[in-house]
Amino acid sequence: MNLNLSAFASGLTFGLGLIVSQMINPVKVLSFLDVTGNWDPSLALVMAGALLTLGLLQWLIKKSARYRLATNKTKRTLSKEIDAKLITGATLFGIGWGLSGLCPGPALMGLTSGLSGSYVFVAAMFIGFLLFNILHRKH
Amino acid sequence: MTFLTVVSALFGGILIGLAAAILLFFNNRTAGISGIAAGLIKHWQQDRHWRLSFVIGLVISAPLWRLLIGDISIQINTPLMILVIAGLLVGYGTQLGGGCTSGHGICGNARLSPRSIAATLTFMTTAGITVYLVRHFV
Repeated sequence: MNLNLSAFASGLTFGLGLIVSQMINPVKVLSFLDVTGNWDPSLALVMAGALLTLGLLQWLIKKSARYRLATNKTKRTLSKEIDAKLITGATLFGIGWGLSGLCPGPALMGLTSGLSGSYVFVAAMFIGFLLFNILHRKH
Repeated sequence: MTFLTVVSALFGGILIGLAAAILLFFNNRTAGISGIAAGLIKHWQQDRHWRLSFVIGLVISAPLWRLLIGDISIQINTPLMILVIAGLLVGYGTQLGGGCTSGHGICGNARLSPRSIAATLTFMTTAGITVYLVRHFV
């Protein structure tokens, strides 16, 4: 299958998942994060559903000949170390997520939902990406 | 939590897992949205086409849903100034930490990566603390 077509299908399915699960709604996300308040635990089920599905499918995928062939060509090494960068980055991301209820997926989807807040957030997010590129030049 | 909330949460999660599996199988890529989006503005990245295709699929899902199925409830109550700070933190933090709710939270945890488990526990904790502080002290 064409790589762009499969990426498009994946993005579309991902978006539908965020809509169906209501994770697209920052107010809903914030009520999940508000453990001591009127807690809405349903987003934990979104994660459980996604993890079980992906866990099962990736087990099947990794057994497939097609995948083994592809990974032989493009061997990617995944870092295993839990370092300060990982924890600092996750800490900052968590604070931003907690302030807004927005993580990258739902934020991007807000662009086609007519929410001015999403435009502001996404613009700032890309400035954040750029800032990282400038501060940590790896190229 | 009503029965419908439980079913829609699980079904939505299944779709997200399926989406990540599609990208893994056909593109041999991790469905980490922050990484996919950030790759769009790295001039040394040569693979912007699939990234753009993914993002287009993602953002088109909402208008498509409204056209075919119905309303989507989305509400942002956060003041614009706070959204700017939050956006900067999410942008910079996901790059430094190498992932967000999708890359670490879904894909990394599904393959039981220790880094992703540590990152997920960290951002869940700091997000929870942030919400607590905002709701009780601001």
